[in-house]
Amino acid sequence: MSFFVETLVGGLLAGVMYSLVAIGFVLVFKASGVFNFAQGSMVLCAALTFVTLRDKGLDFWLAALITLSVMVALGIAVERVVLRPLVNRPQITLFMATLGVSFVIEGVAQIVMGASVHELDLGIVDTPIEIGGVQVSQFDLAAAGTAGILVVALSIFFNKTRVGIALRAIADDPQAALSIGIRLQTLWQIVWGVAGFVSLIAGLLWGARQGVQFALTLVVLKALPVLIIGGFTSIAGAIIGGLIVGAGDSVAEIYLGSLLGGSVSTWFAYVLAVAFLLVRPAGLFGEAPIERI
Amino acid sequence: MSAIGTDAIEGFGTTGSTAQGTRDRLRVGSAAVLLATLVSIPLMANDYWLNAILIPFLIMSLTALGLNLLMGYAGQASLGTGGFMSVGAYATYNLLLRLPELPLPISLLLGGIISGLVGVVAGLPSLRIKGFYLVASTLATQFLLEWLFNQYGWFSNYSTSSSISAPRLAVFGHDLSSPTGRYFLTLATVVVVTAVATRLVRSQTGRTWMAIRDMDTAAAVIGIPVSAGKLKAFFVSSLVIGIAGALWAFAYLGTVDARSFNLDRSFQVMFAIIIGGMGSISGNYLGAAFMILLPILLDHVGGGLLGGAIDAGQLENLQRALFGALMVWFLIKEPRGLAALLSRAWTQLASCFDR
Amino acid sequence: MPEPILQLRDVSLSFKGIKALNALSFDVERGEICALIGPNGAGKSSLLNIINGVYRADSGSVVFNGERFVRIRPAQAAHLGVGRTFQHNALFRHLSVLDNVLAGLIRHCRATMVEHAFGVGRDRRESREFNRRVDEIAAFLDLTNHRDRVVATLPYGIQKRVDLARALVGGPSLLLLDEPMAGMNQDEKQEMSRFILETNASLGTTIVLIEHDMSVVMGLSHHVVVLDYGRKVGDGSPEDVRRNPDVIAAYLGTAH
Repeated sequence: MSFFVETLVGGLLAGVMYSLVAIGFVLVFKASGVFNFAQGSMVLCAALTFVTLRDKGLDFWLAALITLSVMVALGIAVERVVLRPLVNRPQITLFMATLGVSFVIEGVAQIVMGASVHELDLGIVDTPIEIGGVQVSQFDLAAAGTAGILVVALSIFFNKTRVGIALRAIADDPQAALSIGIRLQTLWQIVWGVAGFVSLIAGLLWGARQGVQFALTLVVLKALPVLIIGGFTSIAGAIIGGLIVGAGDSVAEIYLGSLLGGSVSTWFAYVLAVAFLLVRPAGLFGEAPIERI
Repeated sequence: MSAIGTDAIEGFGTTGSTAQGTRDRLRVGSAAVLLATLVSIPLMANDYWLNAILIPFLIMSLTALGLNLLMGYAGQASLGTGGFMSVGAYATYNLLLRLPELPLPISLLLGGIISGLVGVVAGLPSLRIKGFYLVASTLATQFLLEWLFNQYGWFSNYSTSSSISAPRLAVFGHDLSSPTGRYFLTLATVVVVTAVATRLVRSQTGRTWMAIRDMDTAAAVIGIPVSAGKLKAFFVSSLVIGIAGALWAFAYLGTVDARSFNLDRSFQVMFAIIIGGMGSISGNYLGAAFMILLPILLDHVGGGLLGGAIDAGQLENLQRALFGALMVWFLIKEPRGLAALLSRAWTQLASCFDR
Repeated sequence: MPEPILQLRDVSLSFKGIKALNALSFDVERGEICALIGPNGAGKSSLLNIINGVYRADSGSVVFNGERFVRIRPAQAAHLGVGRTFQHNALFRHLSVLDNVLAGLIRHCRATMVEHAFGVGRDRRESREFNRRVDEIAAFLDLTNHRDRVVATLPYGIQKRVDLARALVGGPSLLLLDEPMAGMNQDEKQEMSRFILETNASLGTTIVLIEHDMSVVMGLSHHVVVLDYGRKVGDGSPEDVRRNPDVIAAYLGTAH
């Protein structure tokens, strides 16, 4: 039993890490309807920039600040150069464009900063501690805590600030929002900037966990089922979807994996997501649109 | 709306102008010249050209054609291409191994049909979901298939190494294992499949697909069988991709290796049709040529011009960035890809002739 | 008196708790032109969507040709002979006029995919027959000159005619037209009116149409049904409806 609980808790904590990447997606999707496949390469880019600066001997906070500016600039640049010319095009075109962007970011980031694996030490001790008879990784706890703070901060940002309220207006009804004078393009830039910030946090945590390397871009493939389960427009959905995928993955790996004789985590989340899709096509927290003709 | 990004319509299928007849004659004529060239190539080209450029180019074109039927014509985006290629490859391998009395063309076709049936199952979610939700569900197929072929030894006849060598290729007693033989096997398959696919997209079946792509609700209302149309598109597409996968394994690599049918392959084929031109038959060849030639060109430029100053890893990164940038450029500037550029060039050329 | 081709019985529909249609009942006689009028948001398009199965009514039923349906599917409605045009452009925009109209015949297609792929069997005969029918409809609606143009490159008024041709080519017994003249100038409206009248007279097609221009409605229809906030406020001949005080209050009296 305690083994099961340990597996479950480990999975839930890993799930928070998926949610972290998924939140970046949700922000961009809510504001502009773009499914940003480049989120994963933005995570890599952030982590790679940060370790390169640290390797050059920069102070932690200075490196974080410079990386943050790079990421915000990158987010804004993607919005201006790629997505603005594609306004009013089908969503799937926008998706494919961000796929192209992810290749550009990955290629350029590795040309400039190299492709070797870097260590990233955030100074968090990674020895397991025991809570109520269950072994829990301290690092995972810290990561979950950071993600929690980020979610609260983002919720305040989007529920209390002018920008946040404007964003919700846009998500609700773009035409009406435009007509009352909300500046769509400014808002998109802010959102892409925030998405850059979220990738920085995700990049640092994921980078510290797995080492900074190309494989970091694969977190995008983990975040996709999370989004499908939670719905593309809900931050709460991203969190709950992440927990479901994290827990499902590690429990399935132990129980289903031994049954089928091998690692099932490469596809389990996807099969779970497709099952969700067939039952609730708009996700747990999404709303199915009314078809108008 | 399930339309896949195509807003440039100029120069596409607009008939009625005087240049049209000349343009069509030019196109048919140049296709004939191209085919004659492809048939006579083994007389001039060396094995390197056949093995490293022409065979992969033809197979890549076939794969692109398969994906284009699904994505460019029927509007159903998929990242399961690598998975369907592996189904075709493993199915054909097992047919050759376990039913050696079947002639090679039959085994290839049956392998394709098996892949097509897997495609129908993978396409079932498309009856309820679309857009990138569908992309995600095709990713499920891709990962599940990759895992399946790695996990269960039966598919690779319990071979100890991760790759297995292909059986001898022969059609009616003629040995096809030489580069020229493999080239002709590939060329013949590509020509036949292209001819059938061209017919299909111009028939009511093709019209069903394009109607679903352009406006699925309206299609249902005027009585077009939308669900059946989608599943047929998945079937034909996966069938073609499956045949291409078998050729990739037997006529190109010489081994069946699950790693060569991973997600990167799916991305590559999607890039090929976006750059070549979605909803166009000739676009598949243009896109495939581009995908095969650009890396070779970069290699030569990197190796020759810069005297090997750039290492292979850097070249690969450069290639990655370049493909990504081109894809974005085409999506923004020319959603119908190289095929549309070429089509405009033909129109201009034809008007020069008519003057 | 022969049985009506279409009968609606207590049809109700709501979206997220807002009633779009409230216990609506009326009949459409065989061979007539019936106009649905009413202010924006009165539920006219929703009603057409229920008749051919795009929406499912919360309660009530639709009787078509004597057969009662609680829920009809769009494909099923098409097969039973219900044709439909759309308020907003719903053509297959990357296809030519010819291909759009041919698509209206797909439901009559008996050839299988294999026959299409190899051009054998029923495929050749069917494609000759289909092309002939498209040519007839194109001549009827004056589209022959635009036959090979991609529809997205055509002027709006002509696109509306292509939409009509696509619905008409399959030989429907009931044709639903959702604002066939929206956004047209007077000349175009007159031309479209002429096509609708000719369709009704020479092919005997029953027509249900939604239109805002009252002069067009009065000149075109045999029967007018007035909706307001999902309720029926008038039902009768154009003259009856024009005199009905409820209708005047609900519709004609407003700024429309």
